[in-house]
Amino acid sequence: MSLRSRIAVLAIAFAAVVAGGFFVVVHYLLGPTPQTVDFTAGHASGQPVNMTIMTDPVNDVSGTPDWVSYFVQSPQTGQWMHSTTWQLPAHTRINVTAYEFDTCDPLRNQYWGKVTGTVGDVMQVSGEAAGVNGTVSVVNSNTTCGVAHTFTVPGLGLNVPFEGVLYTASNQCTHGPCAMSTTHTVTKFSFVTPGPGSYRWQCFIPCGLATDDGNGHAMSTLGFMTGFLQVVA
Amino acid sequence: MAAATEAGAAAGRPEPRHGVRIAVIWLVLAVAADLVIWFVWGPHMPPGNMSTSAADQQFDFNVLSVIAAPVMLAVFIYFGYALTMWRQRPGDEEDGPGHLRGEARVQAAWIIVTSAIVLGLAGFGTYELIAPAGAGAGEGPQPIWKPAGVNTSSLTSWVPNTKNILQVQVIAQQWLFTYRYPQFGGMETTQLELPVGQPVEFHVTSLDVIHSFWAIQLGVKADANPFLDNVAYTTPEHTGGFTVRCDELCGIWHGAMYNYGSVVPVTAFQSWVKATETRLAALTKTLPPFALVYTPNEISGLAKFYYQAGLPGAGGQYYGPQDPEQP
Repeated sequence: MSLRSRIAVLAIAFAAVVAGGFFVVVHYLLGPTPQTVDFTAGHASGQPVNMTIMTDPVNDVSGTPDWVSYFVQSPQTGQWMHSTTWQLPAHTRINVTAYEFDTCDPLRNQYWGKVTGTVGDVMQVSGEAAGVNGTVSVVNSNTTCGVAHTFTVPGLGLNVPFEGVLYTASNQCTHGPCAMSTTHTVTKFSFVTPGPGSYRWQCFIPCGLATDDGNGHAMSTLGFMTGFLQVVA
Repeated sequence: MAAATEAGAAAGRPEPRHGVRIAVIWLVLAVAADLVIWFVWGPHMPPGNMSTSAADQQFDFNVLSVIAAPVMLAVFIYFGYALTMWRQRPGDEEDGPGHLRGEARVQAAWIIVTSAIVLGLAGFGTYELIAPAGAGAGEGPQPIWKPAGVNTSSLTSWVPNTKNILQVQVIAQQWLFTYRYPQFGGMETTQLELPVGQPVEFHVTSLDVIHSFWAIQLGVKADANPFLDNVAYTTPEHTGGFTVRCDELCGIWHGAMYNYGSVVPVTAFQSWVKATETRLAALTKTLPPFALVYTPNEISGLAKFYYQAGLPGAGGQYYGPQDPEQP
């Protein structure tokens, strides 16, 4: 084989390895880009936006069914969407209804047991919560079980700890999106969006199973326990 | 040099004193550069002078720059001079001088000057680390360089302008910093406010992985390790805002792990801390007692219950065999 042929073969082999590595990174590590659920379509200025979400202990919509996950209800179709990127109008009151189907855990940092950044710095809890029902401003996750997950937007100072159901509760959710007939709690709160921008949010219960101190897997993957609020004018 | 020398000799011209030329050029430019660095650039050198540690670091950077600039200029001036004066001329086919000889004085000067610079900087750096109480860096759980004239006589109260130093605990977690003020009921908040002119003792720790607390304009940087209390000192000298960033790659939201703090007048700090202590009273009651380090999974009696019952608990590290901690 001539020198020119050998160089060509070597170059092709190198390019194939690079392309293969690129494919692996994009396909398996970065994963597909989650879709954005749009709450701005048809929104009348000055009117509040109603958003309904749920946090589930399992999901049937990914290759990792044992990962906990958020779901959001499409404002257009009412279907549960597996997305954590939500587009919201700026300077608008967002009324959130959150269904929590997961069991409770003690917070790693009890600071996240305080409701902050909502209207009145409170949330309304009902359903089969292990902790306190009614108007709640602080959840003590160490004494009342309390928190299953949090919805925390650091850039907005927004933190809402969702009270979970007891491990011993019957009729727990085993398929996500969870059916409303299974045991759950309901949390309602409102917040006002700021000006346009992209605000990341996360859960502050380290619920990524045992990886990376609990902050791997679902905690580190868009579409599960972390995402963005895309606030637009 | 030989080509130019012999070309000059062949042309009957006296060979210029290249060494003197280079030295004069270097001296003029070095003095000018150092004056610009010290008086023009220096006052704007990061991290600024917002605190004692920041001002010390700025001074150190200025000193290093003033020393480095002449060295760098010497290299580039010689490089430029050689390219200009000793380049190959048209028709010059000579292949250098017939022999090379050593220059003992040049070699000795080189060794003496470089040794003096390196050893001098080593001594300067050591002094600048010790004198300003660790220079804003984390000194570990038992700091040996403390600010003069202060102590930790009370962990439950603080009064400005006394020897009792203000304590602030920095708690890092994926992916945000929170701050506890043990002398104000142990309250915890995401806001970092400091009084101007008052020494501060930071206690930096982590609840999960390794982070790094970097208060940029304060010139404070200390690693945040789980189960370890890393102490750093500074004294804010000017009011204003500063940025806190995590400086240790810590996961997916490392780049978003930042917030802002502010240095305010003492009276404003006292008003803020009192109002915040009151506002967070209900939360503070639920926090674990203040400690220099936390074992988050052991402070929770509930987590122990989960462990003993064989239940998984995401809040702690008591995972079941189906989810080993490090699969």
